[in-house]
Amino acid sequence: MAAELERRGIATVCIQLLRRVAERVRPPRALWVPYRHGYPLDLPDRPARQLAVMQAALALLEDPHAEPPLLVDYVPEHR
Amino acid sequence: MGHASEFSLSTRLLLRGYRWRRVDPVPWTPLDKPLSACRLALVSSAGFVLPWQEPFDDGQRGGDVSFREIPADAAVSDLHETHRSDAFDHTGLGRDPNLAFPLERARELVAMGRIAGLTAHHLSFMGSITAPGRLVRDTAPQAAQRLVADGADIALLVPV
Repeated sequence: MAAELERRGIATVCIQLLRRVAERVRPPRALWVPYRHGYPLDLPDRPARQLAVMQAALALLEDPHAEPPLLVDYVPEHR
Repeated sequence: MGHASEFSLSTRLLLRGYRWRRVDPVPWTPLDKPLSACRLALVSSAGFVLPWQEPFDDGQRGGDVSFREIPADAAVSDLHETHRSDAFDHTGLGRDPNLAFPLERARELVAMGRIAGLTAHHLSFMGSITAPGRLVRDTAPQAAQRLVADGADIALLVPV
């Protein structure tokens, strides 16, 4: 899906739960998060934590020097 | 932490033997304007539907490759998760759909001025698609066209 969007001029960033899968599939931009399946944005009812993951993901779009495929590990501030 | 060890033996064996489709070459759209001028679309594979929409079909061989359009003004409390997989804990998604369909967080990003706005529609898929041929050939182009028509500049894809 990300590849199709990029081909049509929409810049994408994917949250990834399995780093090994991201390495194999190679989405254009991916943020690997250290959370279990079912919890891609950390915890329910924790807006600040969810927002932090989204901010980190969106930041990947802003890197003018990034080259595809871009895979970055998310490091939560609260750890 | 997201790791294959979370899964049952059968799921781990499936993952180990699965022939992941490698994107090559990797398409790339550089951002040509600030994020604060961009319109964001959400794409989630958590299987959310609205009350008047058809649930995803867990009986389709190879997985249900259809998608649902979620209007930008939808109430998050109306999102109902219908993902078929029993490989993960669904409790969090039931409690707070923002966990994998972060519509309220996206609205907050707009209010903060971090992004310019949201597309009129966001897209909901159900993951666990083991035979993605129809998705790649048919559904992904249709879905992408929808977001192009909505004026999306950027998209955030959230798995589950």
